[in-house]
Amino acid sequence: MTALLSDELLANIGRSNPPQRELVTRRDIRKYAVATGNRQRKYLDGDQAPPMFHVPLFWDVVELDQLTPDGVSIDTLLPKFPLEKAMAGGLKIEYHRDIFPGDWLTATRTLTAIYEKQGRSGPLIFYEVIMNIVDDDGQLVIREKTTRILR
Amino acid sequence: MTAAGKPARFDSIRPGDELPQRAFKPDNVQSMLYNAVLWNGHRIHFDEPYARDIEGYPGLVIAGPLLGDWLNQCVEEWLGDDGRLAAIEYSNRIATYIGETLYSGGVVTACRPDSGEVDIEVFIKNEAGDVVTPGRALARFYRF
Repeated sequence: MTALLSDELLANIGRSNPPQRELVTRRDIRKYAVATGNRQRKYLDGDQAPPMFHVPLFWDVVELDQLTPDGVSIDTLLPKFPLEKAMAGGLKIEYHRDIFPGDWLTATRTLTAIYEKQGRSGPLIFYEVIMNIVDDDGQLVIREKTTRILR
Repeated sequence: MTAAGKPARFDSIRPGDELPQRAFKPDNVQSMLYNAVLWNGHRIHFDEPYARDIEGYPGLVIAGPLLGDWLNQCVEEWLGDDGRLAAIEYSNRIATYIGETLYSGGVVTACRPDSGEVDIEVFIKNEAGDVVTPGRALARFYRF
């Protein structure tokens, strides 16, 4: 147990969301490629999904009454932290194989770490979420680690 | 192609090589389409009075992962068909707003002939030259 992080809070490490299975479609690829200003024809035509297409594919689709007044969906994987002001976070993505229209992909998000550090102006809480994305054969397609900092 | 079986392009790459820069000036339409594709309803991206008056931002905030995507594009366009982006990491350090012009770019920091791998430092800079989104990428050149 540390100053801010109770044993109860730390017990959330290892929690996972239920696996989410989604279908990759040409139309969704095309919309993403256009919206991001991509210039490669294979992506604009939807023949292949560009890097980071997993971001829209697995963004939570929640109903209107589940959004906060500022339009944000609540991440049900996260416990209530004693610090709540979000600072810059980071993302690390490994691309293990390419993604094509017709692929069914399944993502599982796991809260893998919660730790505290002393910042210049006070304590900071760090947490990490790993999202593993596999195909229907169970092969790893993408592994993404998100690190967020709260003050 | 060399005796080692790697494409000639890999042999010409050196640490310090710069990736082509690209300018981006997303407008309200692009920002709306991007957040709609994500199903991201966060008001700071489309509700200007809310962003200014409630959250205290100077304007509409450009979504962080859009800048991350541009880093991916920067590496992929440089690689062409000679290899693939194997990994990337970045963090959004400074907020950016609709109306700003932003620049993606990168610099090769290491080449490993044994594996055909190249490390690249990538960045998004603002008009003042501040790095708003630093990152690192790993590219793997195909062996012919």
